Amino acid sequence: MLTIKNLHAGIETKKILKGIDLEIKAGEVHAIMGPNGSGKSTLASVLAGRENYEITEGSVTYFGKDLLEMSPEDRAREGVFLAFQYPVEIPGLSTTNFIKTSVNEIRKYRGEEPLDAVGFLRLMKEKMALVNIDQSLLSRPLNEGFSGGEKKRNEIFQMAMLQPKLAIMDETDSGLDIDAIRIVANSVNKLRNKDNAVLLVTHYQRLLDYIIPDFVHVMYNGRIVKSGSKELALELEEKGYDFIKHEVSLPEEA
Amino acid sequence: MNPTANIKDYFDQAVLPETKGKIGSLRKNAQQLYTRLGIPTTKQEEWKYTRINGLFSKTYQLTSDLSKVPVSSGDIDALRLPGNANANELVFVNGLFSLELSKIISKDLIVLPLEEAATDEFSETIAKHLGHSGHYLKDGINALNTAFVQAAAFLHLKKNKVLEHPVYIYHFFDTRNGNTFSQPRSLVHIGENASMQVVETFFTVGTGESFTNQVMEIVVEKDARLEYYKIQNDSSESSQVSTTHIRQLGKSYTHSVSISLNGNIVRNNLNVIFEADHCESHLYGLYCLKGQTHVDNHTVVDNVQPHCFSNELYKGVVDGKATGIFNGKIFVRKDAQKTNAYQSNKNILLSETATVNAKPQLEIFADDVKCSHGCTVGSLDEEALFYLRSRGLSLDQARSLLLQAFAMDILENIHLESIRSHVSSLISQRLEINEHDRIRDDIE
Repeated sequence: MLTIKNLHAGIETKKILKGIDLEIKAGEVHAIMGPNGSGKSTLASVLAGRENYEITEGSVTYFGKDLLEMSPEDRAREGVFLAFQYPVEIPGLSTTNFIKTSVNEIRKYRGEEPLDAVGFLRLMKEKMALVNIDQSLLSRPLNEGFSGGEKKRNEIFQMAMLQPKLAIMDETDSGLDIDAIRIVANSVNKLRNKDNAVLLVTHYQRLLDYIIPDFVHVMYNGRIVKSGSKELALELEEKGYDFIKHEVSLPEEA
Repeated sequence: MNPTANIKDYFDQAVLPETKGKIGSLRKNAQQLYTRLGIPTTKQEEWKYTRINGLFSKTYQLTSDLSKVPVSSGDIDALRLPGNANANELVFVNGLFSLELSKIISKDLIVLPLEEAATDEFSETIAKHLGHSGHYLKDGINALNTAFVQAAAFLHLKKNKVLEHPVYIYHFFDTRNGNTFSQPRSLVHIGENASMQVVETFFTVGTGESFTNQVMEIVVEKDARLEYYKIQNDSSESSQVSTTHIRQLGKSYTHSVSISLNGNIVRNNLNVIFEADHCESHLYGLYCLKGQTHVDNHTVVDNVQPHCFSNELYKGVVDGKATGIFNGKIFVRKDAQKTNAYQSNKNILLSETATVNAKPQLEIFADDVKCSHGCTVGSLDEEALFYLRSRGLSLDQARSLLLQAFAMDILENIHLESIRSHVSSLISQRLEINEHDRIRDDIE
């Protein structure tokens, strides 16, 4: 599904990603962990098409297409979804209208008929039950005055509505209490199937208690320095990121 | 009465017709004032950003007799607003009030030609209130309206009456036989504990230029309520100086929304004067401009008496080579303790060549008051654009949605449902951004 080769990216002269290699297949869940500033969120942003990053080297292939050549909206239409670490508040924009526009844009791209009001409402009801979100949130302006947990739940709801092939979750667990994490994780588990894949960017191991990853990658200083199974996450939790820093002796920057 | 030279020369030499009584003396004084002050220039602080003297050097037709303007009810149909079947409709043609083309369906609403009303039971009301705007707008342009106005309208809503049907005021400018200069004038008197809604709009027909110098004075008596909506979406060849002057008495309430979408040079003066305690006013404005349109909103809230409340929010989206100006003045006089006065102006610039000038002015002479003002000028939020695009919306769609969201808190303050949806669709059209438009603007 997704092949990242030797990806280098940064902002202005600052290099953040310094050669990422990663292969994600349909049906898999990958977790990316790492200390603050290691480049985890940058990787998520670059995959979703955030424009303030400059790609200096490497390639990203998604279903055989060059992902980096695509606009953010085309990536979304092709099935890439980014659950934001900090979802944007937009006063004056109805959450429901926004999601309806979004769903229908993606349907249009796929050559499907737009959903009418009834069809949309039916889909919404179904997914609301799935991710356990309240109607009252969705009738408010987009994320305006939502708590941290409500914003994250709204992200998962949008993910359920858009049914992406590749869901990138950027620190979806940050700022959530343990109950909220469980709700979010359960929703993600319900949305998993053999045709889609999830890339979880997280700082802590605890989300991985609920969403069991097939692979865990540790990022440090712009590179994936260690990959393994879910046990790697437990080891990290126990020993802290320092052990990674000691274990990998990185070449000095030129 | 068709001036062959420019209109300024015409007015400089014009001889006032004799009018008796209060109106006569008011006109005479105004003419003297006009002669002394002339047309405002950008050297005057209040007119710093808006140059109108160029408009006065052109040739216009002046209409003195409605029977010479072949305007029919069918011509007016083009500008009737939704909901008109259930509205009182007042029509001005080239600045002259036409009772014939108007339609009054509410028996509690009295509508008369001003000169007729002045000889009647309303003579005292008119003597007391007509020309009050001149105390606040000490410039030649206000004086010009007062001096040379003819066929003005007088509206009176009886006390204790809630007007079920809103009043729609249509200003129709006929340029099919050349440029027109118009000076509509009206005085609205809302009796004690009465309530009414007024919607005003402007429409130029023909390919000529229209230039309008309008003054509307509104008196809101004790415990009375007014909702006032001004919609400016006229042709790009239309210019206007449009004054709405509101005098509020004890515990009265006013709510106004000014929507400016199109025109050449548009100057709005909105004055709200709290002459008694416990008055309240909400002032909203939205300007969505492109091309060369220039819109200048000048507002004044004068707290003369204590315990009054005002809240003001003006928002602008300015594209192309357009200019948006907001100048908000708040006076708190020394007796006006416990005043609450808030003001905010927010702008989004969509092009490199668009301009916004924003100026809050607070003059506070009382010491126990709460006042605030704020002003922002920025571009669309990049993070919000990315968020929408990451959900499959195109850049243009994302921009349009964000702009409509920005306009929403003004729009939702239009309480007349039919007017709100009308304005909403005008704004959607205006904010519908597409590549084609942007390229065209660049070429212009």
